[in-house]
Amino acid sequence: MTEMATATESTSWQRRDLLGLQHLSREEIELILDQAAEFKRHQLEGHTKHNLLAGMTVANLFFEPSTRTKTSFSLAAKRLSADTVDFSASGSSLSKGETFIDTALTIQAMGIDLMVVRHSSAGAPQLLTKYLNCGILNAGDGTHEHPTQGLLDIFTVREQLRDLTGKTITLVGDIKHSRVARSNIWGLKKLGARVIVCGPPTLIPPHIEKLGVEVAHKLDEVLEQSDVINLLRVQFERQRGAFFPSIAEYAHLFGMNRDRIRRAKDNVLILAPGPINRGVEITPDVADGPHSQILHQVTNGLFVRMSCLYLLAKFAKESRA
Amino acid sequence: MKSLVIQGGRVIDPANSIDKVCDVLIVDGKVAAIDPAGSAAERVIDATGCIVSPGFIDCHVSFREPGSEEDETISTGSRSAIAGGFTTVACLPDTEPPIDTRAAAEFVIRQSKRADGSRVFPLGAVTKNLKGEELAEIGQLIHGGAVGFSEGKQAIANSEIMRRALQYTSMWNRPLLHQPCVPELSAGGVMHEGYVSTVLGLRGIPAAAEEIMVRRDIALVENTEGRIHLMSLSSLRSVEEVRQARARGLKVTADVTPHHLLLTDDLLSGFDTHLKVDPPLRTEEHRQALIAGLQDGTISIIASDHQPWAQEKKEREFDQSPSGIVGLETLLPICIAALIEPGLLNWSQLISKLTLGPARLLGLEGGTLSVGARADIVIFDPQEHWTIDARQFASRSRNTPFHGKSVTGRVRHTLVDGEVRYPRPETH
Repeated sequence: MTEMATATESTSWQRRDLLGLQHLSREEIELILDQAAEFKRHQLEGHTKHNLLAGMTVANLFFEPSTRTKTSFSLAAKRLSADTVDFSASGSSLSKGETFIDTALTIQAMGIDLMVVRHSSAGAPQLLTKYLNCGILNAGDGTHEHPTQGLLDIFTVREQLRDLTGKTITLVGDIKHSRVARSNIWGLKKLGARVIVCGPPTLIPPHIEKLGVEVAHKLDEVLEQSDVINLLRVQFERQRGAFFPSIAEYAHLFGMNRDRIRRAKDNVLILAPGPINRGVEITPDVADGPHSQILHQVTNGLFVRMSCLYLLAKFAKESRA
Repeated sequence: MKSLVIQGGRVIDPANSIDKVCDVLIVDGKVAAIDPAGSAAERVIDATGCIVSPGFIDCHVSFREPGSEEDETISTGSRSAIAGGFTTVACLPDTEPPIDTRAAAEFVIRQSKRADGSRVFPLGAVTKNLKGEELAEIGQLIHGGAVGFSEGKQAIANSEIMRRALQYTSMWNRPLLHQPCVPELSAGGVMHEGYVSTVLGLRGIPAAAEEIMVRRDIALVENTEGRIHLMSLSSLRSVEEVRQARARGLKVTADVTPHHLLLTDDLLSGFDTHLKVDPPLRTEEHRQALIAGLQDGTISIIASDHQPWAQEKKEREFDQSPSGIVGLETLLPICIAALIEPGLLNWSQLISKLTLGPARLLGLEGGTLSVGARADIVIFDPQEHWTIDARQFASRSRNTPFHGKSVTGRVRHTLVDGEVRYPRPETH
């Protein structure tokens, strides 16, 4: 366990909660990313564990199934020496009729400093901030935001391309039901990137262009311009009815396969937030190929979450003092 | 002979084109004279600085009794009405069980008489059990006291059922109150579909969901020579459709809620469930169109669409909470803020939409201060500044986005049949 130098802080973190990227400034986003890079550097130097959150308790409240995000947050908290408690909706008192607010209040009463919340309803973490005193970290709320996923996607891209200014990032697929898309758009635009959203019109939400993105419906038309292609998962569980005729047709029109990789830029980065549907958004050879950043994203996710937990915990400690 | 004189108020009675400062004499529960020569009476109410208007009439509220008395009862609802200046309300049949039989309609009337607040009339269900499949016993419901028909907040999706309902109700010349919405387009939606819903990731309800149904309903009115009232219009094109239909002489009327006149969808960015309403709050252009509809008479009624919900039902995730605002006790100041203060309607126009408009729709004798009419009267101070405090509501529920809002205009007295029912005598 080591004491570590933290990233140079020209901006200091002044938020109790991290609910999304919409309201963060460019400086705040860069602060999180720089701190995450610092954690990554320490890891490469062999320093995995830090005592920055020693004595603090982080609760993971997952009201919606999740394996990777929950594991990533749990490990991130442990790497910072926090005590962690995990709560999942299944088998909990939610099935006994307790409201989600009461559940959160109950967990908080056990002495929680930070609460990581995932919920199928947009705005649920924001609702909790009205009732709870502890810091709230949104781990995905409905189709609203998933800030740490947006940040880890951006971290991965920034690591490869350094400066995002003027780079073209194309988000492909189900934009309408994707919280990942929304967080990516907010973050990428603040960092100066050009963002294209690409999918069938049934999966593009109205007025999305007001967020400063370009809309395309044909992947083949934007393939050659893209420095990064982020393949969103088809959200079968959030859709009502069929937004496209068949999986085969979706894969045909929007799937990333060998042929499309050949026509893309030589050094194109392929991202996918996962869990991936192999053969739908992406073929196995691309997912496992040289352009794929999928596993790097998972690795980086840990550092980004350590960074978010650390900054929120630091603010919580400072405001208590 | 019981007599009462309301002294020195500004009397506004749109039905008789009266707008002047004068006294109102009430004898035996009826309006005996406007501006009487002498004003000797057993009781005097000083209305100096106040407006004296026919009691307000609300053509659709939900009182939740029977079935969900934790939200509201006919008793608490009728007292909420009285506190808001309403002397008559018509309640939607979407209770549990619904008001789809004569006995159920009689139950509402009976509870209303016991309640000692505003008059409460039932709106009968259009179809049995509100299922949208077979017509309810509309004739029996009328004999039980129903003043009109509705399926509550639910649309009648089946066009053939709607056609028959329009034909059948025309036999008694009773109105059919319909909230226009294509269910397939609104399914799962929780707010207006637009830029804000895209940002918030909340499922949207497109304005087209309402507009398509408005067009269908108008086509069916044309087909049947029936009569329809469209509840809670929220969209620009709906207003245009109604305007054109009325110009063609069709029997189409419409109402709008105070919250749709004051609020827009961008306020939802805090995910406050108190702003979740049905139909949803839409954008500024829609809001402007609703106001224009009121100004040119396309929309002849303002209705609170009072939707009480117990605290535990509203304090939830946005998409899990029910829709609606408890509206009777805030309607007047919200209408003043939305319409009078910006100079969009004058007092006579506003009062007409709260009295004459709904009285004509429901075929009720109220809504005027004509000599001989029942003395259903509201006296309000149009200048009083106050802060809305939901904890003080007479309603059993508190779900309002207006809690804590500073407003102007407050009800002083509400009289039913010449009897002061608000404030209640013991607290007066």
